[in-house]
This record gives sequence, structure tokens and C-alpha cells, in this order.
Amino acid sequence: MSVLSRIANAFRGDRLSREIDEELQSHIEEGVEQGRDLDEVRRAFGPLARHREESRDVRLVVWLDSLRADLVFGWRQLAKKPTTSMAAVLSLALAMGACTSVFRLVDALLLRPLPVEHADRLYAMILRGTGPNGTLRDSDSNEYPQFLQMRAAVRDDAELIAVSWIDRADLTFASDAEMEKAYRQYVSGWMFKAFGLKPALGRVLTKGDDLKPKAKPYAVLSYDYWARRFGRDPKIIGRTFQMGNDLYEIVGVAPEGFTGTEPGIFTDIFLPTMMYEGITHNDWSWIRTFIQLKPGGGAERVRNRLQAIWNVVQGERAKSFTSWPPGRVKKYLEQRVVVEPAAAGLSYMREIYRVALAALAVIVALVLLIACANVANLLTAQAASRAREMALRVSIGAGKWRLIQLVLMESALLAIMATLAGGLFAWWSAPFIVARINPPDNPARLVLPTDWRVMAFAAALSISVTILFGLLPAFRASAVMPASALKGGDDPHSRRRLMHGLIAVQVAFCFVVSLAAGAFVSTLHRLSNQSTGFSSERLLTLETVAKRPQPTELWFQVADHLRALSGVESVAIAGWPLLSGNGSNGFVSINGAPPGPILAYFLNISPGWLETMKIPLLDGRDFRRSDLAPGAAIVNQAFAKEYFHGEDPVGRSFDSGKQRFQVVGLARDARYRNMREPITATAYIPLRYPPPETLGSATFLVRTASSNPFALAPMLRQEVSRARSEFRVSNVRTQLEINEAQTVRERLLATIALFFSGVAVLLAGIGLYGVLDYSVVQRRRELGIRIAVGAPAHDIARRVTVDIFAMVLLGTVVGGGAGLLLEPYVKSLLYEVKPSDLGVLTLPSLTILLATLLAALPAVIRAIRIDPVAMLREE
Amino acid sequence: MAKVDSLQGSLDLLVLKLLSRRPRLHGYAIMSAIRDASEEVLRVEEGSLYPALHRMEESGWIRAEWVSKENGRRARIYVLTAAGRKRLAAEESRWQAVTSAVNRVLRMA
Repeated sequence: MSVLSRIANAFRGDRLSREIDEELQSHIEEGVEQGRDLDEVRRAFGPLARHREESRDVRLVVWLDSLRADLVFGWRQLAKKPTTSMAAVLSLALAMGACTSVFRLVDALLLRPLPVEHADRLYAMILRGTGPNGTLRDSDSNEYPQFLQMRAAVRDDAELIAVSWIDRADLTFASDAEMEKAYRQYVSGWMFKAFGLKPALGRVLTKGDDLKPKAKPYAVLSYDYWARRFGRDPKIIGRTFQMGNDLYEIVGVAPEGFTGTEPGIFTDIFLPTMMYEGITHNDWSWIRTFIQLKPGGGAERVRNRLQAIWNVVQGERAKSFTSWPPGRVKKYLEQRVVVEPAAAGLSYMREIYRVALAALAVIVALVLLIACANVANLLTAQAASRAREMALRVSIGAGKWRLIQLVLMESALLAIMATLAGGLFAWWSAPFIVARINPPDNPARLVLPTDWRVMAFAAALSISVTILFGLLPAFRASAVMPASALKGGDDPHSRRRLMHGLIAVQVAFCFVVSLAAGAFVSTLHRLSNQSTGFSSERLLTLETVAKRPQPTELWFQVADHLRALSGVESVAIAGWPLLSGNGSNGFVSINGAPPGPILAYFLNISPGWLETMKIPLLDGRDFRRSDLAPGAAIVNQAFAKEYFHGEDPVGRSFDSGKQRFQVVGLARDARYRNMREPITATAYIPLRYPPPETLGSATFLVRTASSNPFALAPMLRQEVSRARSEFRVSNVRTQLEINEAQTVRERLLATIALFFSGVAVLLAGIGLYGVLDYSVVQRRRELGIRIAVGAPAHDIARRVTVDIFAMVLLGTVVGGGAGLLLEPYVKSLLYEVKPSDLGVLTLPSLTILLATLLAALPAVIRAIRIDPVAMLREE
Repeated sequence: MAKVDSLQGSLDLLVLKLLSRRPRLHGYAIMSAIRDASEEVLRVEEGSLYPALHRMEESGWIRAEWVSKENGRRARIYVLTAAGRKRLAAEESRWQAVTSAVNRVLRMA
């Protein structure tokens, strides 16, 4: 009770004082009632104030009381200058919110352990080799037959769990005919038990579901999907859906919070690995291998066993790699099995966004530091005007620490308000960024809870920020010399030196942020304006699936049907759209020689595809419907250059694997898979394979007459199914949309970096303005006298700004140097842009120069307009 | 005999003892009672009584409440708590031990 009441008393100090006073007063009155003289009682009692203080100290927590008093005092100080305080809080809030927001992303994508049991004992099997140019190259895919051998070999030390990549699959629920998409993941049946996951409804998959291929077509829904798609319908158990050739039965719902093992994607439907057709193939790499160590299991022992099996299995397999260049086979077999901690799961998105997030983190941290420097300068300037107050406090006996506490409290108040406002910003902005990570038809999804991790980060940030911008001014205030300060002669230069130093720091950080923004923006610009080699205007892509694979002739018929529709200019078919990220490649050999080291891309296309894509045919002829693959091929210029030494390829032939192709045409170069790589050798081959050929999925490419191709999408979607009822369009995108998806990360980075470089320049400008203004006010006497004795305006302007310009220059040079030092870390995010390029360096330099001039102008005008007479009269 | 001004640590004991015999006393009454009972030998310094009372209150040995007096003003009166009763017993035995020890020394000397 006592501690609690003392804490409580600290927050009702006034009432406490009143009560004590009343009691002491009643004592004196009692004395008078007993017939004593009032003066005598008072004298005997002693000083009331001292007794009150003593009693107060007994009855409350002293430091809490002084803290409360300082808080109230700090609040009044801030409230006195609402505009400045608001600006400080807002700039801090923006910067702190951005930091918290980036932390939420980093935490969700990289750090947060999966919500499963024993996440600390979860590892992943990684295959580490060297890429073509000697760089380290990791892969984490595995083949199922090898996985089974490995699982048996490490049984004593660990449980191995296989999970497939998560893909978007087409499915239909038995009741409704409409086809829809869901994220599907094949997982080992025993995964749920190993992870300690209990069903929210029905049951989860078990070991028994995952023993024989195609034996148990059972599915478990994720909680999120169940809630989103079915509104938590408890009758979902036992419903069936068709996916591919299989009819699945829903047996249960996974627990809430478990969204699969890949941060960035939420799995909707879990299926047993045994339902996947690649289960028996020893050359299908389609699973990732999680290793759950048993208590006492050794990671190194597991690694050695895995490596031994890998060596044997792959050594045997490599004997069939006859179409590979020999060096490549050797490199393949030299790969090392690595066992890495994977408590946070494995994620493809992580590989793409790790560096980008780090760059973002650095940018927002720099902006935060700029904001801190601003507030520190603000507080230092205020401390100057409060030197007399501080001196008075010291004179009447305030201790050094008491003063530091007093000033720090003010900073803490600022930081706390900024944290709250920043929390709102982070709450809004983190999902905002996630929504822009992937193209809209394939959104990234991250769990972004506001839990103790985020709270702890925000609190730690708040405290460090307080210390960052509050401690220096606080020490400065507490070190006040009462005698000199009261005389008004405190050394103003030391304070100015501090403020000028902070300006240099701000400019340096500002320069780095602007440099990064400039580099990201020109990367985006260059990538977006990269020539694709084909025309994307008015081009619609209809990814289409057939319920059962259909003869190619039927696909041609559907294309004919579409071609006859009004508003359609031309129609062609390809395996997939260009730049969609899909691809198939193979080694190529000429005249039976060993294959070259460069892989060529392959794409199946229909006759007329080149024309529809507006890729010029430079030589030879287009395909005919009768052409077969293998058989005929049209190659691009890069192919001719790589394999035929630039000679005319038409009429020559090449082999890929065991297939032989005769080149019938030469096409101009076009981008196949992405915007970054140089255009590589590509061979277009016919859509049709020798009988009995069928095609399960392909993409119709429709060049429309209208400038808005999407207007035709609903009609085309219907017409495909009307032409042949077995066909369904599963995804419609414009080619422009696909192209833009190539630069999603660059767009995101450029947008955010540009925004924050604007914020950084603004903050640095405000800081500059504040410091200049302060120094003019400080030097009014000196400047007034100079003006009085006839100093010209340009001399005054020079005197006011020369220090600041020196600081800006220093900051720019340091910032530029830092930018160049950081270059290697962000190289992978840039495209044909180097921060050391003159053009990239110019923009931030000019921006900062302009900001400096703008910020300096008011102070210079103010300095020149000082009226010496009025100034001297004031003194 | 000189009047003992400082009670040398025995103030707690006296206050607790008084309150155990006569509950519901205010500060002035406690002071008067100590003076009267000791036949004016022990005198509590008026100002130091209140910090001591407040300390004992925070320690939970005594409890305070406000009562209205006939003249309309309020007085703060004190009551012994269970913890205070225990404390009193401990203090009393300690006092007895100390005084008898002091007495033994005096007798020997």
C-alpha cells in the first residue's frame, strides 16, 4: 500500500500539500484553544514550510514528484511556442513513423519467427555453389526422391519437412462453375504435427495423408482463406473442389496466424506433397527442405549426412547431363550443402527486397537524424534565451542533474508526442508500402501486427531520439555559469559552433538521401524507357487454361474465333507472355559439337506471333500451322551472334538436348524475361508438338484497335469460353501492366526515396534558416555597429552567411564521400546508374544549394535591415 | 531535572503506546498526552511530530482519518493498525532489553 500511495501522492501533490497544511494549522489552533498565545505556539512549532516539505517527502516518491513538476513545466515551455513545437513534433513524428514503419517491414519479412513450435530449432537446407561469374549462388530447391533418402538418413537427429513453392492455381468449387485462383502449397503431411499446429476446424494433414502418390486428395484451408472466402462457414468440412485433374476434399482449417512458411505470401490451401505430379521424378526440383532438429540433434552432423547423400544421388544423376558443357557439370557437383537457421521461414521476396529494405532503413534513419539535429538546434537556441533562468536556478541551489532532468523532460515530451503521432503514421504507411511491393494482381501479404516487438522498437527509438537531440542542449544548459550568465556575457561562440556542426551533419545526411533518391529515380527512368524490342501498345494477354489438355488445332480455332471479333486487330498464341517472368531455357550445340556455356531461351509461338508483337522478321519466313517442335525454329539476332558467329542462320540447324531444330527465320532482338539483363539468345519454336500432342495452357495475345485494350477484356474472356467450352481465361493483363511489373521494386524505391529526400531537404532548410536567424539575433549589436560605421550590404550578407556556407560545403563533400562509399551496397538496386556519375551528383548538389540560398535569404534581409539607431536605443 | 528535548528514537514507541491505550488522537493531543504522562519530563518538539506521524502512517503502523470538530474545522486523528500493534510489541521488548542492559551497566559501575 505504501509504495502505491506514495506514487499516487506524487500525482496529487497540490492536494497533499493542502492536507498537510490543514493538519499543521489545526495543531496551532488546538494550541490556541488550550489557552496558549498564538505567537508562542507558532514560535514553538517552527517554520511551517519546512515541516510541510519534510512531510511531503515522506508521503510521496520524491523523484516522481519532481518528474511530474518538470513535465508540467516542460509542457508550459512547449506550449509557449506552439508553432515551433508543432513543427518539431511533426518532423520528428514523420521521421520516427517512417523508421517504425520500415522496422515493421523488416521484422515481418526478415526477422519474425514463424508462429510454430520450436522455431528456434528450425533450419533450412541450402545448396551453395558459384555462378557463372564466380559469385556465390544459393539455391534451396530439392527433389522429392532425394528428400526421402535424406529424411531417413538423419532420422535420429532431425525431422525433415518438404514444402513446395507457393503458386497461384486455378480451381473450381464443385457448386459454382466459376474458376478462381488461390495460393496453393504442397506440404509434408507431418509438417502440422512437427510445428505443433492444431486445427481451427476439422483436422490438419497427417503423416498418413502423405505416403502414396495421389492416394489422399485432401486439402486444409488456411484460417485467413477460410475467413475471407467462406466467412468462417463451419460447414466447409467435406466440401470438394476441382484443381487440375484432381478432385480435393476439404478436411480442415489450419490455426489462425499460420500463413505458410514463406513471408510475403499467404498460403490459402495446403495439400499433401503426394498429390504433386513431380513426387516421383528425380529431376524435378520443386520442394524446399526444412530441418527441424530434435533436442540434442547436431546441425553439423545433419549437414554431413545430407552432403553425403547429395554427392551420391547427384553424382549418379549427372551422368545423364550429356547436353551440358563439361565445366558446368563440374561446377554443379561442387555445390555444398549448407544448413542455415530458418526460424523466420524461407522467402523468395526476402531475396529480392533484403537490400532494398536495408537501403530504405538507411534513408529513413538519416532523415530521423536530420530531424533530431533540427530539434537539437532548436533547443540549443532556446537554451540560449533561457540562460538567465538556468543561472537563477543554479544560484538558488539547483543541482546539475536536476537541471539536466529539467531540460531532458522537455525533450522527452517532444519525443513522446512524436512517437504517438509517428505511431499513427507507421500504422498507416507500412501496409501502404506492402500494397505496392507486388503488381496488383499478385499482391504481397505480410503479417504486420502491432505487438511487443514493434512497441519495444518504438519505445527504444523514442528514448534514443530524446538522448540524441536532448542530451547536448541539456548538458549545455546545466553547465551554465551563474555569474557570467546573469551579467549577460555567456560565450555565444561555443553555442554557435555546436549549431554549425549540426548543420554540416544535416547537409551531409541530406546529400546522401538526395543522392540515393536521384540514383533510384534515374534507375527507374532508364529501366522504364528500356526498349523491349516489341510493341506493348493496345496489347492484351489472356492466360488461358483448358480443363483437360486440348489438341493444338483447337487452340488455333479459338484464336481464329477471336480474330473475327470487331475491335480486334490481330491474335496470336504463345506459351506465355514476354516479360512475365516465365521462361524455359536449354543448352545449344551446333553440328554435334559440345554445347556452349551460354543458355538460350525458348518460347513456343503460333504463326503470326511475330506480327502481333510487331517484332520484325529480318530474314526467312514465319511459322506455318504445320510446323512442329522439334523441327522448325526462328532465332533472334543474339542467337545468331552467339552460335553462328553472326552469319545468316537461316537454313542452318542446331541441337538442344536430344531435339534438332532447323532455323527458318531470323527475328529482331526482343526482351524475353527481364529488363535488366542484356538481350540474350532466344529461339522461338512452334506451338505444336508431334502427335499425340495436346496443350493444357497457353496465352492468347490480342492486339486491339481501341487505345484502351482493357475495355475488351470482359468480352474476350467470354468469347474464349464460347468458342470452346473447355477453355477458360484465368488471367487477363495488358502487356504494359506486365512491363510495369518488372520495375515494381524500382518504382517503390524511387517513390519513397524521392519523398524522403524532399523531407530531408525541407528539414535541413528549416534547420539552416533557424540557425542563421538565431545567429543574426545574437550578433545584432555587432552588425548594427558595422552598419552604423558604413559597412555595405554585401559585406553584412557575407559576414552573416560565410560560416554557414562553409558548413554546407563541408557537409556536401562529406555527404558525397559517404554516398560513394555506400555505392557497392546498393549496386544490385541500380541499373546503368552510378552515384559517382557526374549527372547523379549534380542534382543533389543543386538542390542543396538552392535550399541553402532560400533558407539564408530571410536572415540576410533581416541582417541588412537592422536599424542601428533603433538597435542601440533598445540596448 | 532537565527536560529531555530529544526523545532519541523512542518517539515511535511513545506514539504507538499512547495510541494503543487511547485511540483516535490528533497530533496536538498526542503531544500533550506525552507531556502529561511523563509529568512534563518528555517534550516532543512540536514540528518534528508530524513528519514522524506521516512516516509511521506510510509504514502502515497507524492509520489517519479526518474528523469534524465542533467549531466546523477538521482534525486529522490517528488509529493504531494491526501492523502497528506488532510493531509496538517489538519496540517495547527492544526498549525493555536496552533499559535493563543500561541499568545493569550502571549497577556494576
